[in-house]
Amino acid sequence: MRNPVAALLLGILIGAGGLYFMLPYDAAAVLSGRAEVAVSAGGAVPDVDRAGAGETLQRIKRRGFLHCGVSQGLAGFSSPDERGRWSGIDVDYCRAIAAAIFGDGEKVRFRPLSAKDRFTALQSGEVDILSRNTTWTMSRDTQLGFDFAGVIYYDGQAFMVRKDSGITNARQLAGATICTQTGTTTELNLADYFRGRGLEYRVLSFEKNDEAISAYDQGRCDGYTTDASGLYAERLKMQRPEDNIVLPEIISKEPLGPVVRQGDPQWADIARWTLSALLNAEELGITSENIEEMRESENPLVRRLLGAEGSYGASVGLGPDWVIDIVRAVGNYGEIFERNVGVDTPLGIERGLNALWTDGGVMYAPPIR
Amino acid sequence: MQKPVKRGSGMGISWYNPRVRSIAYQAGVLAAVIAVVWFFTATAQENLERLNISTGFGFLDTTAGFGIIQTLIPYTEQSSYGRAFLVGLLNTLSVAVIGIVLATMLGFVVGVARLSRNWLVAKIAAVYVEVMRNIPLLLQLFFWYFAVLRPLPGPADSIEALPGVFLSNRGLILPDPVLDAGAGLFFSALAVAIVAGYVLVRWARARQRATGRLFPALRVTAALIVVLPLLAWAVGGTPFHLEYATRGAFDFSGGVRLLPEFVALVLGLTLYTAAFIGEIVRAGIQSVDRGQAEAAAALGLKDSTTLRLVVVPQALRLIVPPLTSQILNLTKNSSLAVAIAYPDLVAVFAGTVLNQTGQAIEVIAITMAVYLTLSLATSLAMNWYNARIAFRER
Ligand SMILES: N[C@@H](CCC(=O)N[C@@H](CS)C(=O)NCC(=O)O)C(=O)O
Repeated sequence: MRNPVAALLLGILIGAGGLYFMLPYDAAAVLSGRAEVAVSAGGAVPDVDRAGAGETLQRIKRRGFLHCGVSQGLAGFSSPDERGRWSGIDVDYCRAIAAAIFGDGEKVRFRPLSAKDRFTALQSGEVDILSRNTTWTMSRDTQLGFDFAGVIYYDGQAFMVRKDSGITNARQLAGATICTQTGTTTELNLADYFRGRGLEYRVLSFEKNDEAISAYDQGRCDGYTTDASGLYAERLKMQRPEDNIVLPEIISKEPLGPVVRQGDPQWADIARWTLSALLNAEELGITSENIEEMRESENPLVRRLLGAEGSYGASVGLGPDWVIDIVRAVGNYGEIFERNVGVDTPLGIERGLNALWTDGGVMYAPPIR
Repeated sequence: MQKPVKRGSGMGISWYNPRVRSIAYQAGVLAAVIAVVWFFTATAQENLERLNISTGFGFLDTTAGFGIIQTLIPYTEQSSYGRAFLVGLLNTLSVAVIGIVLATMLGFVVGVARLSRNWLVAKIAAVYVEVMRNIPLLLQLFFWYFAVLRPLPGPADSIEALPGVFLSNRGLILPDPVLDAGAGLFFSALAVAIVAGYVLVRWARARQRATGRLFPALRVTAALIVVLPLLAWAVGGTPFHLEYATRGAFDFSGGVRLLPEFVALVLGLTLYTAAFIGEIVRAGIQSVDRGQAEAAAALGLKDSTTLRLVVVPQALRLIVPPLTSQILNLTKNSSLAVAIAYPDLVAVFAGTVLNQTGQAIEVIAITMAVYLTLSLATSLAMNWYNARIAFRER
């Protein structure tokens, strides 16, 4: 090219264009999406909050599958087996959403995310939903541009130490080095716990959880800390699991739940009501085994949940059989719990707080009506 | 006779006037750059607002709430994110500065050794260079950290290399020098000795140039540096004593601690970069014409004097520019720290702080600005040095 000006402008154009398409789609949506909304709303003034309504579901349907952000491998919550098939509570929840949308629980792709990268991945639209043992906190809910869809597992933070250290409670950890993972509430609770008691400690934070575990396992740290459920899961990975004990103290509240971006209320509704549907199904005794009989039920609560009465599915952009599809794909909440972390699994966790409110737990889903 | 044409004048504002053209080009480029920057800023701002993500730099004043294992300045969980940033920055700088000094020294040794007439020394240096620069740095860091330092015994069975020096998987623990009453006098004496030595060396050099008479300035300086502080010690009392670390329930308390993460990072960066510097030094020395050394020998200069006065000053001009890029590389490579849990700027700030505040754009922008500033400052300093040692035609 002879003319340097033309060459330069072309270069800038190509560069800018390239960057523009590399940006997460939300950036592109502002320019193109705005106009669409204005037109489809029949000339009504598009407001910022409604600009995104329904967009996420449309996009997922067009794509043909759900993008679900999970952990890089936490037994019972989200972990891949040798053949690469994911399982766990967080995984089943995403399958439930896929079933609600497509009638097929397999129409979902899992994206493993480190604790540190998970929020950026959700903000940028790399995943549609984050279902990755993520604690619901005020700052995450309000400052990161997210909405939590509820609580799928009530957890709390605890410590693990070597049995031969002779430690039996957390206060004896004064002066210890503790291994943990970067980008977690764990890191912060640990600081709170020791600071609140005026105790010394050293924290070694790893970016990858497996590295934190192996550092502890090899003796670089005196203790390892994370959510109690995580401790039971991670202990399975150690050289000699039986040589390690979990201390009795629970030092924090960790309500774990699915997260979506703010700005698309319909999508947040789908996430919230899928969770409620799972819990309500358990409460009403609807399981993956009896679902076909239950469709004939005369109980109005069951009929509403299964779409025989009312149009609850339609109100969030889903079909009338959405809950039937969910239960067929993954069962109810109790089935998911028992299959992944329950007493018959290697994790062996009791329902405890995660039992339904009718059974002495705190799982209490708003009614579908 | 022809009248000379005055360039640029008389042509007016015309596209054929090269000055007008160049100004127009530059204005065009500037406008395009501003437009692109504006476009991205505006788009980002709008999106962040729409997604309800907090923006701005106010977060730097809020409480960080997390602990950091190595802090060179006072830092607690109550400190701000801004303070955490400083802690990370200083951790990066300390690794970089120590790494640069060690790598440069080792690199010079390796470069000279490669040219040694001693076959064994030359071969060892060659093998070192080939091994180090052909294995990815990340693997080397993993090697030092996971294979060498982590399997060390725990604090209870730590290796006591020297009295008060313990080596364990918690790091290298050294005695802590604690200042005593005599410290002021002692260090003033040391400072005086160093300044006096510097003045002496300059004076001796000037005199030698003028009169040709030699003066053993270096030896006198060395003597000064030893004798003056010792004298101060005798007069003013002990300048400092060593406080040994004590074994606690879990770990040592007191003493100076070099974390295994820190040691692995410094080792890896130094050994890797020294291989490249060694090659640069070798090339620089080889580029000096053999005739120079031969002429020096013919004048009766010793080998070491020839190297110091004839070869190295000329080689340095070729060594410094590529050395600068190695120094920059080392600084930037220090961000691999995150892979071995060393709390550098990237791990602390672009890691934990980013995750906790969610303000990716601000945090990444600050982090990039820091590396850019460090690099530019290094380049400036090296360019200044390069200009100073540049060949001056006399
Ligand atoms: N619930 C905490 C901690 C979540 C977390 O990341 N836990 C770790 C330790 S159990 C984990 O899941 N690691 C698995 C991975 O990184 O893939 C939070 O939301 O910050």
